[in-house]
Amino acid sequence: MELCRLGIAETRALIDKGEVSPGEVLASVLGRIDAVEDRVRAYVTVTRERAGEMARESRGGPLSGIPIAVKDNMCTKGTPTTCSSKILENFVPPYESTVTSRLLEAGYVLPGKTNLDEFAMGSSTENSGFFPTSNPWDLERIPGGSSGGSAAAVAADECIAALGSDTGGSIRQPAALCGVVGLKPTYGRVSRYGLIAFASSFDQIGPITKTVKDAAALMNVIAGHDPLDSTSAPVEVPDFTAALSGDIKGMKIGVPKEYFIEGMDPEVESTVREAIKALEGLGAKVLDVTLPHTDYSVAAYYILATSEASSNLARYDGVKYGLRARAKELLQMYTETRAGGFGAEVKRRIMLGTFALSSGYYDAYYLNAQKVRTLIKQDFDEAFKKVDVIATPTTPEAAFKKGEKTGDPLKMYLSDIFTNSVNLAGVPAISIPCGFTGGGLPVGLQIIGRHFDEENVLKVADAYERATDWHKKRPKL
Amino acid sequence: MLTETKIFCGCPTAFGAEPNTQTCPVCIGMPGVLPVLNRRALEFAIRTGLATNCAISTYSRFARKNYFYPDLPKGYQISQYELPICEHGWVDIASEEGGHKRVGITRIHMEEDAGKNIHEEKGPYSLVDFNRTGVPLMEIVSEPDIRTPAEAVEYMKKLRTILRYLGVCDGNMEQGSLRCDANVSVREAGSAGMGVKVEVKNINSFKFVERALAYEIKRQVKTLEEGGALVQETRLFDTQAGVTQSMRTKEEAHDYRYFPDPDLVPLVVDEKWIEEIRASLPELPDIKFKRFVKDYGLPEQDAAMLTEERAMADWFEEAVKAGATPKAASNWMMGELLRLLNKKNLSIEKSPIDPKQLVDILKEIENGTINRTQAKEVFEEMFNREFHRIYDTSGRIEVTLPAPKVAMTARQIIKEKGLVQISDAGELEKTVDEVLSASPDEVNRFKGGEEKLMGFFVGQVMKITRGKANPKLVNELLGKKLST
Repeated sequence: MELCRLGIAETRALIDKGEVSPGEVLASVLGRIDAVEDRVRAYVTVTRERAGEMARESRGGPLSGIPIAVKDNMCTKGTPTTCSSKILENFVPPYESTVTSRLLEAGYVLPGKTNLDEFAMGSSTENSGFFPTSNPWDLERIPGGSSGGSAAAVAADECIAALGSDTGGSIRQPAALCGVVGLKPTYGRVSRYGLIAFASSFDQIGPITKTVKDAAALMNVIAGHDPLDSTSAPVEVPDFTAALSGDIKGMKIGVPKEYFIEGMDPEVESTVREAIKALEGLGAKVLDVTLPHTDYSVAAYYILATSEASSNLARYDGVKYGLRARAKELLQMYTETRAGGFGAEVKRRIMLGTFALSSGYYDAYYLNAQKVRTLIKQDFDEAFKKVDVIATPTTPEAAFKKGEKTGDPLKMYLSDIFTNSVNLAGVPAISIPCGFTGGGLPVGLQIIGRHFDEENVLKVADAYERATDWHKKRPKL
Repeated sequence: MLTETKIFCGCPTAFGAEPNTQTCPVCIGMPGVLPVLNRRALEFAIRTGLATNCAISTYSRFARKNYFYPDLPKGYQISQYELPICEHGWVDIASEEGGHKRVGITRIHMEEDAGKNIHEEKGPYSLVDFNRTGVPLMEIVSEPDIRTPAEAVEYMKKLRTILRYLGVCDGNMEQGSLRCDANVSVREAGSAGMGVKVEVKNINSFKFVERALAYEIKRQVKTLEEGGALVQETRLFDTQAGVTQSMRTKEEAHDYRYFPDPDLVPLVVDEKWIEEIRASLPELPDIKFKRFVKDYGLPEQDAAMLTEERAMADWFEEAVKAGATPKAASNWMMGELLRLLNKKNLSIEKSPIDPKQLVDILKEIENGTINRTQAKEVFEEMFNREFHRIYDTSGRIEVTLPAPKVAMTARQIIKEKGLVQISDAGELEKTVDEVLSASPDEVNRFKGGEEKLMGFFVGQVMKITRGKANPKLVNELLGKKLST
């Protein structure tokens, strides 16, 4: 068996037993990249040399010798970090993000930085300023986004595991569409220091892996309070792998009617309903719950996230780093730098957010959206009084064709209709493979938990994974 | 604020360093960085709020003020907007009609400073220095209670005194650690509402506060009297020409798109901590002033001057504690000490002479060893010697103090300079006789009623004795001789 096909746990075991070396694991991953990357295009940068050094130097640590791809919006000192934007094409961070610092301490090997929708704004990775990534299950289709590069790299075995970031579904949606596991932790669980901000009150880093167990193992390394991030929570970090008992007897699983809507792909709906039945078969109690403000989540999300983005992206002005247009005076330098450096979707969102925050519109848009956010959080709080976790489809449909939605931003935004609410509420949620469409495309089951209760989310996901084989399927590339 | 580090990162705040040497990824706005509030800056803001009778908000927020400028690396300034840390305070200033006038404080909020653009003359480009970026600032907003430029100056000085007492700001307007944006509006006498408001910027000294405001009031009155209309605008004070010039009108004003900063959680301040800070406040100038008048029997003018600087008041109290009479200590400090400190451009904190040394000299006057004139000489000599012992020749750079500091005594200088007062009646009588026999004309005129000539005789005795004669004794002897 090829080493690159393995997950963290299996690779760890082989290295620890001395049966394989980190160098061999890396060679397998790099070989796989050589074989398929021209078709998948998951990576913006393959850090071959640095990976070699890291593999040679790796010793001890829970991730020592494990190649983990990192989405290219997390700062890696000395290694280009582009956010898949022309404006940061030449940017080499002088500092290390907290998550990658923790990976370094754990001994990881960085095979490369993965592609994303520019500044994590998008649901298909088609908004990358460089090139689109393909879905390994069907190269004509998108891998989802914005962590499309990380999800595709995991699905195509171009790494052992990966990190993504999730602002409105950017881990879970591509994980679902690529048939892998993706966990968005509770807001505040993982430090955002060094994560290039899209929308600060939503952004959260999480694992994209081949198994639930691997997601738990990565969480053990990256979770925890960081004094450099005021929004990271000073909350005790459990051993997430210890929660994976396989036993979910008597657990209450809520199913919200608002997540089974008209217009969604009937194949996706039936696949997810099957998966929920399977959970019931494992001894869980399935209950109906309601999240009544779900309808407003996409609108609220796009007002708040773009408002924050309009401010977060103001620093790309050509003065300090990144692209700078040559111009005769300041205003011209600003406008030409930003006009040339940002892609269409980023510009659209900056304009939307600038508008929503403008004097005279702030109350109608930003403030009302904040109120909706509170209502959506309260929906979850209410539901979690009755149930331990909530199960829903991750997406309304399987991977769509490239170019299918690029002309209609609203349609594209609706790909995140089942994931946005979770970010508004700040709760944790995972997407796991739960079957395939007739056309052979993966379908994702989303399991949502209470704030800081990743343990139950992982436990349910793991129990399902033990009972099924979906996660073992691999695309034929 | 006088914090050692910046408000949202650990960079030092010292003034005057080489450009861009006090920066880090956070304060230059690198992609992905996050702010973490400096607890000291918050404490300083709370101290200031408490000292100016504000209510301290147990729940406040930071907001982003969005605008583009090269010295603002993130494209927004982190400030406070809707929920500032302090609100509804006041300070009392000396009123022009005597007594006190209360100026309301609307709010005090924290924010980060911007950097500095440096415009190169030789090239078609500008440079940016980010050393100042992220230095913590407080913005203190007053109510529209100030009526004259002089009151504005009084208010600024009072704030400065309080800030310096608290140790939260050095109050240096020239270096920009105290700045002033003044809003000016005029209205017809007796009318109720406020007139059109004009903001005046670039006022960087107390002198300019008065000048800029006086000019702006005159300009507004003249405009209205000529039948013109005022527009709400921001004007820049031109320090050279002494006039204000329009910078931008209300229509051209920025839309700052304030919104709560999602990188910083709401600021929840513990009541207990506020009370701890309150308990740690120093005695404030108003209270100290009253105490100085009451406890030391000082004239109000003395008390006002001594309490303007906390270090000055402390020096005074140490002198009194060491045995000086309050008025004598006050006189010597206001006179000789300040004169010599100013000459060397030193603050009271850097005084080469300590209060005990002043008391040492005062004792030598009391016991008759030296007279007041000689005491001044001893004081100056001691000041200069100590100065050279503590500071290097340029007088600017402090050298390491020899430890332990061996303080000069008055006795040593008196001895070295041969300054001991002549109080020997026999010896002085000879000199007096000498003077009188050398000036028969003056003696006759004196006896004829020209009593002011007494000064001449004393002067002559002093001249001969090189100022060493005990003036009291000289007067006695002369009086006795001339009456016979």
